[in-house]
Amino acid sequence: MTRSVIELPVTADDRRIARLAALAIGLTLAEAAIPSPIPGVKPGLANIVILLVLLQYGWRAAAWVSALRLLAGSLLLGNLFAPGFWLAAAGALVSLAVLGLARHLPSHYFGPVSLSVLAAFGHIGGQLALAGIWLLPIAALLKLLPVFAAAALIFGAVNGVIVARLLAAPAASGRQSASCTPPSIP
Amino acid sequence: MRLLRAGDIGVLLAGAGLVATLTVYAWSGDRGDTVVIRAAGQVVKTAPLTHIQSISVDGPLGTTRIEIEPGRARVATDPSPRQLCVKQGWLTLSGQAALCLPNQVSLEIRGRSPAYDTLGY
Repeated sequence: MTRSVIELPVTADDRRIARLAALAIGLTLAEAAIPSPIPGVKPGLANIVILLVLLQYGWRAAAWVSALRLLAGSLLLGNLFAPGFWLAAAGALVSLAVLGLARHLPSHYFGPVSLSVLAAFGHIGGQLALAGIWLLPIAALLKLLPVFAAAALIFGAVNGVIVARLLAAPAASGRQSASCTPPSIP
Repeated sequence: MRLLRAGDIGVLLAGAGLVATLTVYAWSGDRGDTVVIRAAGQVVKTAPLTHIQSISVDGPLGTTRIEIEPGRARVATDPSPRQLCVKQGWLTLSGQAALCLPNQVSLEIRGRSPAYDTLGY
């Protein structure tokens, strides 16, 4: 009997994406423990990681981290392919599309806070659009729109400030290499 | 590198504007322009919410008096024991209604577009 070993070549990029996705998944799980008055109103802490990845490693890496976080996060939370999963997927998709466009804004004027707020609006917009098409009549969602939009604005701004502070942290040069721990918030 | 750049403040202000617009749009409701008064299920009177008037409707328990003012209407007095329809106060939005059940009188505000009173999923 021979043991066959299948070896998949792994690049440094793959490892980095896996590491960052794990970080995002950890934040997703931690966030699921926070009680929320309205389903759907969440801080979106994993978006901090995705925004950091976008700004440091580009859009492709951010899309990978977002997809892995979505899949593994919902696998761990037990709602894989449930309605909530598809809503989150729609939100993540629109959010990534918005980020793909918004990162071409002149960075002299538009920093991480802009990107984060726009992504948060994209996120909630994608979710509500799918919910409106698929789950609920638009009329029922209309009354909740201001709540969701306000949450997106506030949490988007807070997450953006966190990203800006992480990027401005003194260890910024060393992080480019291979450290797997996130820089601490000063 | 500052935390907030010029464009960021613009984005935040635009976001706040969007939230404010949505709030006004979603929560202001449709102002009603007519009131439909029913007694024992039959429409007694349909009045526009344009000028002050007072309407009295007779039911099994006694007389229900309804007051209409520009843009709003209410049940002013009613013989029902719990006074629920009176305590509802002024009705302004399309779809709002006050029911005086023991006296079988009801008041309903109508706007340009008919509103649902309840939706169940």
